[in-house]
Amino acid sequence: MSTDEFDVFLTRVEIDGADDGPLAGKTVAVKDNISTDGVETTCGSAMLDGYEPPYDATVVSRVRDAGATVVGKTNMDEFGMGGTTETSAFGPTKNPVDPERVPGGSSGGSAAAVAAGEADLALGSDTGGSVRNPAAFCGVVGIKPTYGLVSRYGLVAYANSLEQIGPLASTVTEAATLLDVIAGPDERDATTRYDAAEGEPDDHPAETVSYADAAREGFDEDELAELTVGVPRELVEGAADPVRETFQSALDALGTRGVETVDVSLPSVEHAVQAYYVIAMSEASSNLARFDGVRYGEQGDREGNWNESFASAREAGFGSEVKRRILLGTYALSAGYHDEYYEKAQDARAWVKRDFDEALQTADVLATPTMPVLPPKRGESLDDPLQLYLMDANTVPVNLANLPAISVPAGRADGLPVGLQLVGPAFGEPLILRAASAVETVVD
Amino acid sequence: MARAAERTGLEPVIGLEVHVQLDTETKVFCGCSTDGDADEEPNTRTCPVCLGLPGALPVLNEAAVAAAVKVGKALNAEIPAETQFHRKNYYYPDLPKNFQITQYDAPLCSDGVLEFSHEGDRRSVRIRRAHLEEDPGSIQHVRDGPADLEARTTSVDRADYTLVDYNRAGTPLMEIVTEPDFREPAAVRGFLEKLEEVLAYLGVFDAGSDGSLRVDANLSMVESEHVADDGTIPEEVLADANRTEVKNISSHRGAETALSYEASRQRDQIEAGREVEQETRHYNETHGNTVSMRAKEEEKDYRYFPEADLPPLRVADWKEKIDIPELPDARRERFRTEYGLGAEAASKLTSRKAVADFYEQVAAEFDPDLAATWVADNLLGELNYRDREIESVTDRLDEFARLIELVATDEVTTKNAEETVLRTMLDEGVDPDTVVEREGLGKAAGEEVATAVTDAVENNPDAVADYHDGEDGALNFLVGQVMQATGGSADPGTVNELLRAELDS
Ligand SMILES: [Zn+2]
Repeated sequence: MSTDEFDVFLTRVEIDGADDGPLAGKTVAVKDNISTDGVETTCGSAMLDGYEPPYDATVVSRVRDAGATVVGKTNMDEFGMGGTTETSAFGPTKNPVDPERVPGGSSGGSAAAVAAGEADLALGSDTGGSVRNPAAFCGVVGIKPTYGLVSRYGLVAYANSLEQIGPLASTVTEAATLLDVIAGPDERDATTRYDAAEGEPDDHPAETVSYADAAREGFDEDELAELTVGVPRELVEGAADPVRETFQSALDALGTRGVETVDVSLPSVEHAVQAYYVIAMSEASSNLARFDGVRYGEQGDREGNWNESFASAREAGFGSEVKRRILLGTYALSAGYHDEYYEKAQDARAWVKRDFDEALQTADVLATPTMPVLPPKRGESLDDPLQLYLMDANTVPVNLANLPAISVPAGRADGLPVGLQLVGPAFGEPLILRAASAVETVVD
Repeated sequence: MARAAERTGLEPVIGLEVHVQLDTETKVFCGCSTDGDADEEPNTRTCPVCLGLPGALPVLNEAAVAAAVKVGKALNAEIPAETQFHRKNYYYPDLPKNFQITQYDAPLCSDGVLEFSHEGDRRSVRIRRAHLEEDPGSIQHVRDGPADLEARTTSVDRADYTLVDYNRAGTPLMEIVTEPDFREPAAVRGFLEKLEEVLAYLGVFDAGSDGSLRVDANLSMVESEHVADDGTIPEEVLADANRTEVKNISSHRGAETALSYEASRQRDQIEAGREVEQETRHYNETHGNTVSMRAKEEEKDYRYFPEADLPPLRVADWKEKIDIPELPDARRERFRTEYGLGAEAASKLTSRKAVADFYEQVAAEFDPDLAATWVADNLLGELNYRDREIESVTDRLDEFARLIELVATDEVTTKNAEETVLRTMLDEGVDPDTVVEREGLGKAAGEEVATAVTDAVENNPDAVADYHDGEDGALNFLVGQVMQATGGSADPGTVNELLRAELDS
């Protein structure tokens, strides 16, 4: 066993999977908000220190059935609330590319595990960028699937209308192989239901497609010449210079292969970060209500009446970022503010969806820098939550629109990784995987 | 008739929120059974979903939706094309997630009506809405001490700690909300009885299960002069009247008692010049009164928002697909026309589905009138006397049919069938032929009766003389003699005829 020099794991295990299968011989690291039967699942929070779920998340059963060995539970921002893995109650994770810097978040442990070679593959979860952000910062591939493609059963909810479990790996094809294993309907998650359009076959897309094949095949010369990549200017202009330059040269490299690039506009995205945080925090205030010390986790001092006892457990168990988001979310849902915040945010969400639909009429896929900045040093961003929230500008619109996206390495700037994000239409994973393979080829 | 003018003073205005557990096999959002033993261990009939463990997700039980749609159709309610679930957020230890999955602005049913009879009148109460939700767990407040747990159970104020049992958590509940259409506590009872009757007819309700029906009631008092002849009350009068919410009502009788108490309590307050406090009150079943549930009831803000884990539910096709059986009112009418029954018998025979089913099976074999007498009067009467339900004999339909057959074919007298055979059948669980044989109740053979008639005439010359003198009692005396001689097994009508023939010859 390695020394885990980048502090990627919260718990190390060795849970063998089936004897053979598409992941036989592969090791998988699992984000610590994904339930593992009998193995501590803390969500990076003191609230769940010592909590061992009595069941496996559907994705965990699936990777085990596919032959993979689970090697550990990875560090994360507490309950997924952060973009640097610094809000973990158990200390930060180092970025293997530069140990002074953050690995991104909230699935920072999972991305760093892959980057450091601690695991072949990893599972993360993406509520507003939590797979793509650390993939970009650590120089690996990360996929945020279409909402409803992958079962969330066993994923400890942060914002349940927004999040999906997604794979992280060193290459597009490996990430796609893991996606093949975890995607598909689950009778335990009603949102994996697939409503086919009138006249279309009603099989769940995951059941008729091989994502690995799509990634392996990529596009041939003719197909590349027909590919149109839309670039939402709003999401490029705000990026730091070195990021923008690296992103542009990846696009230029695609251009030399015949790919056409067009400008598109997503006017609604200027409201996306606000809308995202209102929705995510509102849902979080409800999702995290169950942590009251009665059934599991931190119990507090158990003094006073039950309200006092709940308060004491929550006071002791939650970190400050989690408390901030629960409070803001409770406020946004409260009578008198509900319409002004929660309802407005839902309107904005619908608007963002429409903008993406329109942009995807003009272009096959959209491309943006995954993160507007290079990975900051540890401690740099933590003091200013607003700065932290703005880091999510390019990733959150995709969650609001329920669309699939992938972050693929676009090269380096100042020696640090830059990620390129590709966004496709709903259930268009094969398309963005092919396009990501093309990026992989031209960048290498 | 000027109803308002007749009455002076104050009238209660009552609206109900009725929670009924729907009788499905599994819970509403998970696969756990809804069937709990009375003595089951706490927290054993649970899973990650109904315990609200981190990461668990609800999946809607379609049987619960089907049951709720049936209720909606029976209440003549509007059922929308699409419905949705919401989260009702509040902290309470019986709530595993600290929110309840329920319905908010898109309930499964709205604008329904339920008709029932009260003191001989048809009444109709409007149903504002009826929606589907999950039942919380149950809690028990306990004092420290060496005694049995039951003996240490107390009120929350006096408890040292509270125990929680999630076995009940996730049982499908339907909350049925009425308009404030009740003007008498007794009518509430009639409504609840009718509601249970309908639910039982639909096969979605198990009245025997503990806590299967819970009622919260709103009550306020208004001046009688504001109540129009048709019982309606102006909105602003209703809005002005201070209301109390009475909780913890769990039976029909309890509803009447609680609301009668609450109405007179409020009347006393108002007549003494005090204002009725807007508050929640708790019905104490033992004392038959209502008590204030700790003074400061905070303004509740449940922060409802859509439950994203459950996609919107298209119920448009369910409405078409789901049929409901004939309901009590319709069946009552059919019994009158099809079987020619009187109003009282028809009503008695249809008030419970099991009774009506039993009757129809008997009526298929015999004269419906005879069947009605036997089921509605004899059988139900004897069962009622024994505090038993029709269900205790539904699997003995053949034996019961045989009993009627014995009477119809004159093999046993009606009197013996009623007083001995039926009672023994019920008390000892034996079949009618066995009782007849054992007790020697078979109707006396013709010869035996004839001999007894001749003997009676010969042995009682005085009575014969009296008969010929036209004394009414003489014939009855002679009939009695014959009956006695045949051990009561002769048919009195036949004996009567034979005696007349003998005497008049
Ligand atoms: Zn369960």
